[in-house]
Amino acid sequence: MKSKKFFGSLPVHIVLVGLCLLWLLPTFGLLITSFRPVQDINESGWWTVLSAPKGAEEYQESCAVCHGDDGRAIPDADLSDPEVIQNYRRSFALLSVLERDIDGKPHMGDLPLPDAQQAADISTYLRRLSGIERSATFTLDNYIDAITGYRGRSTYRADCAAGTQAVDLYCDLRDLTNPRGMGRAFINSLIVAVPSTFLPILFAAFAAYAFSWMEFRGRQWLFALLVGLQVVPLQMTLIPISRLYAQIGLNGTFLGIWLFHTGFGLPYAIYLMRNFLGSLPREVFESAYLDGASHWTAFVKLAIPLSVPALASLAIYQFLWIWNDLLVALVFLGGQNPVMTYQIGNMVTSLGSGWHLLTAAAFLSIILPLIIFFSLQRYFVRGMLAGSVKG
Amino acid sequence: MAQNIPGIMKQKRITPWLYLLPALIVMATFILYPAFNTFFLSLRNLDNTGWASTRCLEGQPCWGVFENFRYALTSDVMRTAFVNNIIWLILMVSGTVGFGLLIAVLADKVKYEPLAKAVIFMPMAISFVGAGVIWKFMYNFGSSQVQIGLLNAIVQALGGQPVSWLTEPQINTFALIVVGVWMWTGFCMTILAAALKGVSVEVLEAARVDGANEWIVFWKIMVPLIMPTITVVITTMVINVLKIFDIVYVMTGGNYGTEVIANRMYTEMYANYNPGRASAIAVVLILIIIPAMIFNIRRFSEQEKIR
Repeated sequence: MKSKKFFGSLPVHIVLVGLCLLWLLPTFGLLITSFRPVQDINESGWWTVLSAPKGAEEYQESCAVCHGDDGRAIPDADLSDPEVIQNYRRSFALLSVLERDIDGKPHMGDLPLPDAQQAADISTYLRRLSGIERSATFTLDNYIDAITGYRGRSTYRADCAAGTQAVDLYCDLRDLTNPRGMGRAFINSLIVAVPSTFLPILFAAFAAYAFSWMEFRGRQWLFALLVGLQVVPLQMTLIPISRLYAQIGLNGTFLGIWLFHTGFGLPYAIYLMRNFLGSLPREVFESAYLDGASHWTAFVKLAIPLSVPALASLAIYQFLWIWNDLLVALVFLGGQNPVMTYQIGNMVTSLGSGWHLLTAAAFLSIILPLIIFFSLQRYFVRGMLAGSVKG
Repeated sequence: MAQNIPGIMKQKRITPWLYLLPALIVMATFILYPAFNTFFLSLRNLDNTGWASTRCLEGQPCWGVFENFRYALTSDVMRTAFVNNIIWLILMVSGTVGFGLLIAVLADKVKYEPLAKAVIFMPMAISFVGAGVIWKFMYNFGSSQVQIGLLNAIVQALGGQPVSWLTEPQINTFALIVVGVWMWTGFCMTILAAALKGVSVEVLEAARVDGANEWIVFWKIMVPLIMPTITVVITTMVINVLKIFDIVYVMTGGNYGTEVIANRMYTEMYANYNPGRASAIAVVLILIIIPAMIFNIRRFSEQEKIR
């Protein structure tokens, strides 16, 4: 009975699992790629990562019959010996020796001579087999290079070991905060996002309390106006504010972007907080007031502790919104205090094909949202949905 | 604001304003003032030294003080942007809502529902920039034999010619929309799934007992019952799509015929340094969005009341 039910819904499982895999695939590709060495990324797709190394097939076809799988079958021509392979690093050197006769017989015997591409692949394979080039399948170099902002032709670790690093690198912990690197951008993102999350929520909590539990003239229409402010799209406000900032010297400062995010996050935060605070039981506040509590006490000791779930949703929503924002950071911070989205946006447009840095940087920027998402999913989804009506 | 505030909680007249003041000041500075200022700037010339009509040239069409709007509404590049925004609107809204509904319905039938939903929702946690990198890699077009972009590798494996997805004018907007659908389907799915959970099981069972198959149950019962939610999701997506910026900015920069309204506004402001034109585009954008916004907020508060 149970299995029948399972098979009856088999199409459901196939479609659903298929869609889920389809959804995961792009991110998975990014993750795998970010751990691969530069050469590998540019020479083969990430999905080939577990297949045989480059040239293995060609080696099997052309060489393994005599030289053996490990290259050691002919002692006079030990292919696993770096000293031997050193002479044939390049494919043309390899080809020329393959074309020559050995003891009066063709080197390749009855086998066809490999073409240029095959020879290149074989020499790549031989370099790896002999240990001249020891390149692992996975590496952390991309992340190190991205964090330190390394832009050379080798890797940060190799350059530092050889002492040929760029002038602005120290090869110690100070490089973690190199202004060009993602490490610094990560810190900048935090500096932007934390106060920009905290400030609007603080202001909103005060205002929402007043809207919920205080009597004053114009309460209704003021709240209606505020709900209306949510429709103003971000794009409307950028130009005048950046002109204003240019006049008072706030462009490119953290204070400027904090204030902007605070202003723009407020209408929605007040709206959400008021709905929550207003739905708290009235008796709670009444009895507190009868006991002689002031509004201040009621606010600090009652309203705030009771609204922790709403605060959490709000905080997560606001934090991620700011963390992921590019437009506001682009306009108000630019390159002066680059945040992660800005740095990556720059790398995409300027670097072109630096996939090793780009994939690592992108993953660094999405790791924190992913952690928040998977650990606080309930609050996250709630905040996201409630925030969806916001401009 | 139905409930009454307890009479005993009356306070000094000034107290509420002390609680409200920080929020009001910040909002007035950062939302009210700039919103009005944008309207004003849209009528001004490039460096705000006079009205936009001073930019008019002899013998050329001119809209007087609305000269910037002539650009925002009739220029070639803005026309491309409008057409693209309409394509975005149609495909992304139907894509996200369609997939969202499909996945919500399917996930409802299986035990691993939370996992499946988490996987689909995950892209919402990622920035547009991160998603841009992820998909640029998927769409990568190599000039050599080896294709490291998955899509072109598949095309090649099937015997086709690799395609430069992001620069090919007929294809690139669609390639960008795929990214948008990938990101926002989870959002639609979650709201729709919550609505589906509210559909009473008895009604569905009754229909099934009467011999309705799943297809009919879905179209004739589920969809009509959750129609209010579907409407809200659609309007929300319409607003989001109209404002779409990051995906285009990161992946093509609006080049190769992929321009959209919001990206054009950014380009006018920060690449061409023309605040007048940029403001005019912003005004056009908000005029398009406002009806959807009002509709949405009204529907949203109606739903709140029902709940």
